[in-house]
Amino acid sequence: MLERTQVPPFEGTKEQEKQLLAMIAAHKDERGALMPILQKAQDIYGYLPIEVQTMISDETGISLEKVYGIVTFYSQFSLTPKGKYHISVCLGTACYVIGAGDIFEVIEKKLGIKGGECTPDGKFSLDGCRCIGACGLAPVLTINSDVHGRLTLDDIDPMLAQYE
Amino acid sequence: MYRSHVLVCGGTGCQSSGSVGIIKKLEEEIGIQGLAEEVSVVETGCFGLCALGPILIVYPEGSFYSMVKEEDIAELVSEHLLKGRVVERLLYDETVKEGEIIALNETDFYKKQHRVALRNCGVIDPECIEEYIGNRGYEALGTVLTEKTPEEVIQIMLDSGLRGRGGAGFPTGLKWKFALGNDSDFKYVCANADEGDPGAFMDRSILEGDPHSVIEAMAIAGYTIGAHQGYVYIRAEYPIAVDRLQIAIDQAREYGLLGKDIFGSGFDFDIELRLGAGAFVCGEETALMTSIEGHRGEPRPRPPFPAEKGLFVKPTILNNVETFANVPQIILNGPEWFASMGTEDSKGTKVFALGGKVKNIGLVEIPMGTTLREVVEEIGGGTPNGKKFKAAQTGGPSGGCIPRAHYDVPIDFGNLLKIGSMMGSGGLIVMDEDDCMVDIAKFFLEFTVEESCGKCTPCRVGTKRMLEILDKITEGKAVMEDLDKLEELCRHLQTSSLCALGQTAPNPVLSTLDYFKDEYLAHIKDHKCPAGKCKELLQYKVLADKCIGCGICAKNCPTNCIDNVEMEGKKKGVYVIRQEDCVKCGVCMEKCPPKIAAIVRE
Repeated sequence: MLERTQVPPFEGTKEQEKQLLAMIAAHKDERGALMPILQKAQDIYGYLPIEVQTMISDETGISLEKVYGIVTFYSQFSLTPKGKYHISVCLGTACYVIGAGDIFEVIEKKLGIKGGECTPDGKFSLDGCRCIGACGLAPVLTINSDVHGRLTLDDIDPMLAQYE
Repeated sequence: MYRSHVLVCGGTGCQSSGSVGIIKKLEEEIGIQGLAEEVSVVETGCFGLCALGPILIVYPEGSFYSMVKEEDIAELVSEHLLKGRVVERLLYDETVKEGEIIALNETDFYKKQHRVALRNCGVIDPECIEEYIGNRGYEALGTVLTEKTPEEVIQIMLDSGLRGRGGAGFPTGLKWKFALGNDSDFKYVCANADEGDPGAFMDRSILEGDPHSVIEAMAIAGYTIGAHQGYVYIRAEYPIAVDRLQIAIDQAREYGLLGKDIFGSGFDFDIELRLGAGAFVCGEETALMTSIEGHRGEPRPRPPFPAEKGLFVKPTILNNVETFANVPQIILNGPEWFASMGTEDSKGTKVFALGGKVKNIGLVEIPMGTTLREVVEEIGGGTPNGKKFKAAQTGGPSGGCIPRAHYDVPIDFGNLLKIGSMMGSGGLIVMDEDDCMVDIAKFFLEFTVEESCGKCTPCRVGTKRMLEILDKITEGKAVMEDLDKLEELCRHLQTSSLCALGQTAPNPVLSTLDYFKDEYLAHIKDHKCPAGKCKELLQYKVLADKCIGCGICAKNCPTNCIDNVEMEGKKKGVYVIRQEDCVKCGVCMEKCPPKIAAIVRE
């Protein structure tokens, strides 16, 4: 069974909605437009809650089931919001053999969350990802758009402290 | 005209290690020292030696500086660029031999390489179309459009022997020939830049370092099969590649190299980008096309093959990025030139992303037929820290682990299949004695379970059952019958899965079973992991009689799971590991002073 994570209430603003509607209007007549629309919608909201999926379905005429089917198929799309700082540990083969698994577990313990979850204060969220292609820096992780490479377990505390 | 050019690698690897800051600092410092009119700073694609980033090369001398820090820049500018004195301490140490500075091409890392697909990476500014054109860019497209018929282009491709670089190795010319033979009002050319193999970054480096070569090749393919629209399906996780490709497309349009009536030949062709959204299965051709159409990226049965009914149910060809990058060179230099490289079975070169337990991590392009030993020992510099090479993994989740026994097999499509692996897109991960082969098989199965699209039962259920058995083995709970079951499942998946993802998912298991069966047996019969990797089968302990209570282990433990307890006769007490919180990383054992050696792994 899938574990259900608690989803916080939707807090989209009018401004975001305006952006969303304009973006959909610009794309909806392209062939195969749904993927680009979902990607841009996630850029606007940071995630794709059911409320946003419903708006997309209403505007494009594509059924909500189909929208939901696509959102849950691709790992890039998220149904839950990410933390202020999103940690993504590379678990590609090159990083894995150089100890990325330990790095991931230690961060889980330190933050008290599992992969895919967010700390209760909304500060950190954690995920594993498959190869960002910086294998020369293995093991590597990203926090938002910062890349931290050649990590050892000793580096984790000072690294997280930078984001306090 | 500048008297000196500083080329700074702007690939993902070097950017991650800080090359953006280096470029800023360089420009600043060059301005301060009044050299702005004389020295030009160019951001290029990948040089290949990612482990030593950030990397920069100063021309005309060709001085190769590695692991450069921002603090070094002022000295570099005043010493080298102003006074003409090479800063030896920053040079890549392999380029300094007995006090002499040797050319980069003479170093072990570059000596055996032969750059065809990567020829412009690290040489030109990828955001500048003039530099590409200056290196004979778009000449091949011009030749094809004005002098060759589609049939002639196909003959050149067939004669060259070029096979698809995405993994399966299908002859490119043949694919194009099928698509040309199918009449239709619309046809499409797609580039597969959905490089999903964990540990592979060849295509990304080509797109970051030489995006125009792919655009040019797609236009050539379009002309050949009679298509006017191309799509590049690229991973969203590659932001730099996406940006540079878009810039390149815009520039090509501006120069009339994409769009209407290219080279006045009456041929129209344009390209659009489509971003993937993180689904490994979308590297499979029919799934990729389904995804571009805006659906869940699930594969469909073939035939019909895409050359007949592909994207939007029209004839379509899909080639991998590296395949495309070879095409303009084949047109320019002739098919005989290309076919003169490589082996009987596989012509040309192949780019590998060399990673894992090897000194020179990076991107290498070698003629087909080079041996694994040459790649790992000579180009890669061998395994670090005096550990022994155990296996090399190629082909990602569809490939296998190659043991030392096959160190001297020439690498090509056929040979890799024969020894239970496959070429794949070109990830080559080196593993040493500390890696457990059962754990590696499990790692790849976890990947395929996650990435199986769920459409066909053998793959959706089969991979899951296989993973469960592997879990049991790594936890020491399996019995011998489980191995038989595992092998049986492997056969079912190979024969009955819908697409290559499921058909090849057993390969990591089968190849490790073939070459490292003793490790499986050790887990099952002795409940031991010989490599000391499988956490359920090991624990760390502090030997109370040896512990002197210094606390170094507790201070270094990343999860704070080592406590001090009082003990008679020990003034500082002794330390004890709380097993329930231990992640078994081994830092405590590493940090415990060697004279004391109070921590053991059992």
